Amino acid sequence: MAEQHGAEHTPRAVSAVVPREHPHPGAATYVKVALVLAVLTAIEVSVVYMETVRPALTPTLLVLSASKFALVALFYMHLKFDSRLFSSLFVAGLLLAGVITIAMLVPAISAM
Amino acid sequence: MEHALAPGHGAVAAHPTSTGLDHRKLLMWTFLGSDCLFFGSLIMTYMIYRGKSVTGPHPHEIFNIPYTSVSAFVLLMSSLTMVLALAAIQRGDQRGLRVWLLATALLGSVFVGGQYFEFTTFVQHGLTPQVNLFGTTFYTLTGFHGAHVTVGIIILLSLFLTSLLGRLPPSESLTVEIAGLYWHFVDVVWIVIFTLVYLLP
Repeated sequence: MAEQHGAEHTPRAVSAVVPREHPHPGAATYVKVALVLAVLTAIEVSVVYMETVRPALTPTLLVLSASKFALVALFYMHLKFDSRLFSSLFVAGLLLAGVITIAMLVPAISAM
Repeated sequence: MEHALAPGHGAVAAHPTSTGLDHRKLLMWTFLGSDCLFFGSLIMTYMIYRGKSVTGPHPHEIFNIPYTSVSAFVLLMSSLTMVLALAAIQRGDQRGLRVWLLATALLGSVFVGGQYFEFTTFVQHGLTPQVNLFGTTFYTLTGFHGAHVTVGIIILLSLFLTSLLGRLPPSESLTVEIAGLYWHFVDVVWIVIFTLVYLLP
């Protein structure tokens, strides 16, 4: 049904409402991103064994993990280049998961 | 060529949709958004019961960080081979597509095999799903992730066979891209699990 509904719109009208997709990067960009991911993973594992980083270990690990997550989502899953509707769907799921996590963790921490 | 045309363009041009985007890709992103909630719930449950096990074994007694790091690295690199498969089909390189699809499935199999070895080692050390809260939440979370990876491997091998039969021309590159979205999702989920479950003190 949606196909029929969409057929009623001209391509010009559709493109005015929905942001168009941009060209995806090529193999060279993908390999560069992989190198960065490999370095971030190496740092992530190394800091676990560094006594000097221990006081700030949790925030350090969370930042490194979030950076890796963002790199894969933006470049390999093409969220940087594709329609923002895809990003919205993914981020909505992540936000909901985050809200539920906080809602469950706060009472658990308070009870400690 | 450094940039390849997003495959969604061709499909949209051939079949206009109400959103201007391919419905199959939209469906996959909707599924991934809902899967965020699924894994979010499992991770949250693990975090809430973290350190609340009355009896052992406890995480620090059985986790082998170097071993799991190699496993995590293997899965991370499988994301690279997956996008290289997509880049190959977008430029019409069928041989490259098959090589990278097979490489991705192989790396995924190494990861699942490693997880199986890890689980059997943990069981030998007394960590079963029913022994304590750590065992229950750990096996549920990592087990469901492993199941997702296994499904991904089946999808990749199906694509490989489809390509061998000559039914995966460059015009069908969106199929590879959608399979890739699923594969990258299981990778980003493991990025989170690896940090929260294995690395956090």
